[in-house]
Amino acid sequence: MSLFDKFQPIIDIRAELQQLGIMPFGAVTEKLLSATEGIVNGHQVILAGTNNYLGLTFDPACIAAAKTAIDEQGTGTTGSRMANGTFAEHLQLEQELAQFFDRRHAIVFSTGYAATMGMASTLAGPGDVIVLDADSHASLYDGVRLSGADIIRFRHNDVADLEKRLRRLGDRTANTLIIVEGIYSMLGDQAPLGEIATVKRRHGGMLLVDEAHSLGMLGDHGRGVAEAQGVEDAVDFIVGTFSKSLGAIGGYCVSNHPQLEAVRFATRSYIFTASPSPSVIASTRAALRLLQQRPELRERLWVNAQRLYDGLQALGFRMSPQVSPVVAVTIGERDQAIGWWQRLLELGVYVNLVMPPASPTDNSLLRCSISAAHSRAQIDRILDAFAALESA
Amino acid sequence: MPDYNEIISRMYRLLQPFVKPEVELSGDSELVTELGLTSLQVMTLIEHIEDEFDISVPLNILPDIRTIGDLAQQLEKLVP
Repeated sequence: MSLFDKFQPIIDIRAELQQLGIMPFGAVTEKLLSATEGIVNGHQVILAGTNNYLGLTFDPACIAAAKTAIDEQGTGTTGSRMANGTFAEHLQLEQELAQFFDRRHAIVFSTGYAATMGMASTLAGPGDVIVLDADSHASLYDGVRLSGADIIRFRHNDVADLEKRLRRLGDRTANTLIIVEGIYSMLGDQAPLGEIATVKRRHGGMLLVDEAHSLGMLGDHGRGVAEAQGVEDAVDFIVGTFSKSLGAIGGYCVSNHPQLEAVRFATRSYIFTASPSPSVIASTRAALRLLQQRPELRERLWVNAQRLYDGLQALGFRMSPQVSPVVAVTIGERDQAIGWWQRLLELGVYVNLVMPPASPTDNSLLRCSISAAHSRAQIDRILDAFAALESA
Repeated sequence: MPDYNEIISRMYRLLQPFVKPEVELSGDSELVTELGLTSLQVMTLIEHIEDEFDISVPLNILPDIRTIGDLAQQLEKLVP
């Protein structure tokens, strides 16, 4: 019996993949040619698995802002927000996020993981209850585990199941936190937030929504699923990330509850880590402005998502129920998914390979994420590559 | 309020879809190491148990559960 015994399944799968000469996990991006093309594991590819939804990673305004910040403020803050790591720009970004979301308060975190894990672990504590969607992201599961609250899981997107669980809690809903996501990261399906808001109003509790994959994509202002479904007033906390549509790294929580300013100083993932670098804050602020100034990015993203989804569906692949910038193809056999992932790379397309237990079922996924920056021709090349798999 | 024996016999029924027919279940049967349930199957089993007994099972109890008997003991506390 050794400390390492529990890692044996990981060691086995790594050895198996190494023998096949396939490296899907930790694929190396050797060179980026643009926001949508690069060289990965030695192959020139269209990047169709990067979460770069609005394609802003190479936007000149974002790059210029980051460069200026480095010139003026250096490469890092070298401290936490509680100590020396709060620069004026961190506060400006918090104000801009609050304005954008039309909320009174905002906290900026160093990563999206720190934001979601931090809020999930801090808002509820021992004696409280957390009711979360079964398909919630690992960062939320990690957070709720740390919270010390009673954790109850409801069936994915099943509002009747959520209501049943809230009803069983009785008076305990007064100190219950409901956690869902806007767009779910694995299959790209949306939460029925309108119905969830109704159930929450009926039974009580507070609602936290992770909009990591929906910021900049939905709603008149691009605020996400809560805005799109007209239920922002029922959502107590929105958390998310800068590492997807905003093309940087970092996370946030926004709320109208004045107590968020106290929560800030109780959240360990905020307190005990260095604050985001000045260049990251600068490019994020520029990207947030662009997101608001250029709604056409959002429109192009959905046109692209629909084109890829329709094309894959026409090829006969097993698709998620909803069109979304996360376009996931479900593959029953794990080995086929691994083989196809490698073949796509050789055909010039990089996507994400997701295998159990990371996938929400026993199936594997070839998960594409589409970008506003993809051209029509690039999407057609992605489809040609998938078509070649079928005929192989 | 069902007792331990009733709970465990109802659990055997719920476990049937997850185990081979020739496997003999007992309170000492280990869910993961012996019966070979994956983490996803454990969660699905919990969902079926929740429906069967009309309860919500907090995930917090899972780290302490290795056997069918461990789970039955926890359910005894949760089932009204």
